[in-house]
Amino acid sequence: MNELLRRLFFLPEQGSTFAVKVDHLHYVLLLTTFAVAVGIGAVGIFFLVRYHRRTASDPTPRVVAAPWMEALFIGVPLSLFLLWFVLGFKQFVWVMSPPQDSLDVYVTGKQWMWKFTYPGGPSAIDRLVVPAGRPVRLLLTSRDVIHSFYVPDFRMKRDAIPGRYTDLWFEAPRPGRHLVLCAEYCGLDHSQMRGEVVVLPPADFEAWQDAQRRNLPVAALPGARTPESMAVRGERVAAAQGCLQCHTVTGAPHIGPTWLGLYGRKEPLEGGGVVLADEAYLTESMMDPLAKVVAGYAPVMPGYHGRLSAEDSGALVEFIKSLRPPRPGVTAAEEPVYVPTGR
Amino acid sequence: MSPPAAESYLSDGRTVWSWLTTHDHKRIGVMFLGLTLFFFFLGGLFALALRIELLTPGRTVMGHLAYNRMFTLHGVTMVWLFMIPAIPSAFGNFLVPLMIGARDVAFPRLNLASVYLYVLGASVALWGMFEGGADTGWTFYTPYSTTTGTAVLPVLVGVFIIGFSTILTGLNFIATVHTLRAPGLTWMKVPLFVWAIYGTSIIQVLATPVLGMVLLLVALERVVGAGIFDPARGGDPILFQHLFWFYSHPAVYIMVLPSMGVISEAVSAFSRKNAFSYRMIVYSTLGIAFVGFFTWGHHMFASGQSTFGSGAFGAMSMLVAIFTAIKIFSWLGTLYRGSIAIESPLIYTLGFMFFLFFGGMIGVAYATTSLNLHWHDTYSVVAHFHFIMVGATVMAFLAALHYWFPKMSGRCFPKKLANGAAVLIIFGFIATFVPQFLLGNLGMPRRYADYPPHFQSLHVASTAGASLLAFGFLVIAAYLAWSLRYGAAAGDNPWGSEGFEWRSASPPPTHNFTTPPEYPTGPHEYAREEVPHAA
Ligand code: HEM
Ligand SMILES: [Cu+2]
Repeated sequence: MNELLRRLFFLPEQGSTFAVKVDHLHYVLLLTTFAVAVGIGAVGIFFLVRYHRRTASDPTPRVVAAPWMEALFIGVPLSLFLLWFVLGFKQFVWVMSPPQDSLDVYVTGKQWMWKFTYPGGPSAIDRLVVPAGRPVRLLLTSRDVIHSFYVPDFRMKRDAIPGRYTDLWFEAPRPGRHLVLCAEYCGLDHSQMRGEVVVLPPADFEAWQDAQRRNLPVAALPGARTPESMAVRGERVAAAQGCLQCHTVTGAPHIGPTWLGLYGRKEPLEGGGVVLADEAYLTESMMDPLAKVVAGYAPVMPGYHGRLSAEDSGALVEFIKSLRPPRPGVTAAEEPVYVPTGR
Repeated sequence: MSPPAAESYLSDGRTVWSWLTTHDHKRIGVMFLGLTLFFFFLGGLFALALRIELLTPGRTVMGHLAYNRMFTLHGVTMVWLFMIPAIPSAFGNFLVPLMIGARDVAFPRLNLASVYLYVLGASVALWGMFEGGADTGWTFYTPYSTTTGTAVLPVLVGVFIIGFSTILTGLNFIATVHTLRAPGLTWMKVPLFVWAIYGTSIIQVLATPVLGMVLLLVALERVVGAGIFDPARGGDPILFQHLFWFYSHPAVYIMVLPSMGVISEAVSAFSRKNAFSYRMIVYSTLGIAFVGFFTWGHHMFASGQSTFGSGAFGAMSMLVAIFTAIKIFSWLGTLYRGSIAIESPLIYTLGFMFFLFFGGMIGVAYATTSLNLHWHDTYSVVAHFHFIMVGATVMAFLAALHYWFPKMSGRCFPKKLANGAAVLIIFGFIATFVPQFLLGNLGMPRRYADYPPHFQSLHVASTAGASLLAFGFLVIAAYLAWSLRYGAAAGDNPWGSEGFEWRSASPPPTHNFTTPPEYPTGPHEYAREEVPHAA
């Protein structure tokens, strides 16, 4: 049944766990629409035939809807629409909240290509390699205009916006390949801004990542690039840009708050309120530092808009994320652990 | 063109100068009709060019830059030069005073000014389009629109000027309906077309200034580097989208409410029945005008907007959809026990109802939020708004054109031919836009000059449908042009309609009424026997 309806409505392959869910809602809505349309059409045609004009002066009665009919006409569609909304919004909340154990990949859109960077090192152009059966969270940004990362097989897209991070997560249950398109008009070659998601079995993915880390040439994956990890790059950028003149990585407060353990902390703000230090907040603090100033600090930090490339700001975020206070008995995780923001 | 009636607004001064300086709402309406038809023709040519390019993947007849300019031309022309002014400025100007028993609108000179502002704005915008060729799409999303090298500025300025024309027209209608209704014509007797124009005018006056502001800000950004929307200068590109859709969602109702008014009139006139639920139509018109202002975020579900925000905007969108559903029920109920004449306006009306229903339901599906993530910015959205704007508004425009052609010109047109053309248009429409809906399901993004080959067959189907549609429009243009000169005299009320506008002669004299009309009942009361309700 699923397969039949999917083909009937020209939907592409179901490449993610979300695709299966959302397609079912899609069928329900479309089938209801068709049923009601057939009903309306039948009533219309019946009226047309039954009340077809015979003479120019046919008498007609004065008919006015009774209040209970009006109530029905409002009530029935309203309850149907609200029911659909509740079903849809539940899925939406689910798909907008990345699970804790997801694998992070940074995605940078630029006219007219996609760049994928793994916190652990490798990066690739136009080809995203992920393991099957594991949630993957993409942190998207853009270097120029707005793009939108769209995978029809996943029924999913998210805008990549310059100067901000947005996130999107998916879980691909099976190995396979899926087309990536840009869905937000971005100029001349908008229609050429294509890429590919390659879903590998988990073991193959591990092997691929190890190979990337060891900087081995992997002939099968030509897009693969330099293996410098993002956190290492971030440390270099932090020194070069002068961040470390005001921020320490040791836990000691200085002109600005320390970066040690900053990621995931709840920071009290000047003027009241708290903010959770997630990727979005860290990026905002680089680009527009005075928007949210941490309580107890002077508003002196310069903005880095236009001075940090998307790669550099991403690398800084990864560097900050890697700075966690040592806890006895716990060895640092390989991948940074993501704390859901609870939006 | 020689009008059949001796004394009419058409014979009152025959020089071009007498038209260019007229304060007569009917002549202003006719001028707007001519101008919007011209731009509809232009926009249609651009659309055909797009469809031809999309026949094959890769390059068919034009390169990417030309394609991108072409869809911008198409969108800007159709939205601001055709859709928004078409029904209110053309038919609204002609009919509102006639329907409320007034001699003219409240501010006749402002009315004439709105024609000139429109022509000026259109010329500036089109000049810009042909000179430098903006390639931003009609939505002007930043930071692309602030950084592209093409001539965006004249287009912004042109649309800005047209905005003033829209505001003046809206103000004029609000003042007219409030102050110039004939004695005895109480609010709940006002024809539904007038209510629709009134609701539209409220939106025009409240929303268009926001468009003006946002266009001005983009212009400032381009000229002096204001940096409001440009992230490279510390600005926020998403702010643009909020401002733009704060105008443009209400603006989609500027495009569709007047057409709902036309349909309310046509359904009654061609089934000889009073409106099934006059008050539901009135209140839903006002409801749309109000709630339409709180749904704009449904264009931004994929933009990283907060999840809660998306939910709120989705729920509000469901409410607007209800108002549309209510109207469809009332129109259908009006046909019940009527005396239904199969004339071209009625055929368009039936098409309208069906396409509005489908287009609206796709909108409802988007508003569930989860489904939107697949369809957003694909051909599904293109199909959705063409269902509404072409399937509904253009159908209503054609219904209006045929229904009121005798009113405006005093002539008849060949009815059989018109019925045939209406059927042709409806099938052409289905063939053009149903494939686009399926393309959206398949994942074809919009604004693509080129596409992966698995999308081709549906594109070919859509282009074939578009040719059928174009042929239908040519047929209509031909017989209407012919009828202007050679059509038989229509008489004052060829459709036997009880709409108030038919109480004056056709074509009406300059001052509309020779004797002041009286309003003992509401419009479209055909009944001899009273039946309290349908039960
Ligand atoms: C009745 C007249 C309507 C008109 C003229 C209209 C017009 C439009 C237009 C022009 C767009 C596309 C904007 C763009 O991306 O460029 C659009 C999108 C949308 N419409 Fe409508 N619409 C109408 C009715 C509805 C209704 C009744 C609903 C909801 C219940 C609705 C919900 C939506 C949604 C959610 C989108 C966003 C789709 C997306 O971009 O992902 N619309 N509509
Ligand atoms: Cu909208």
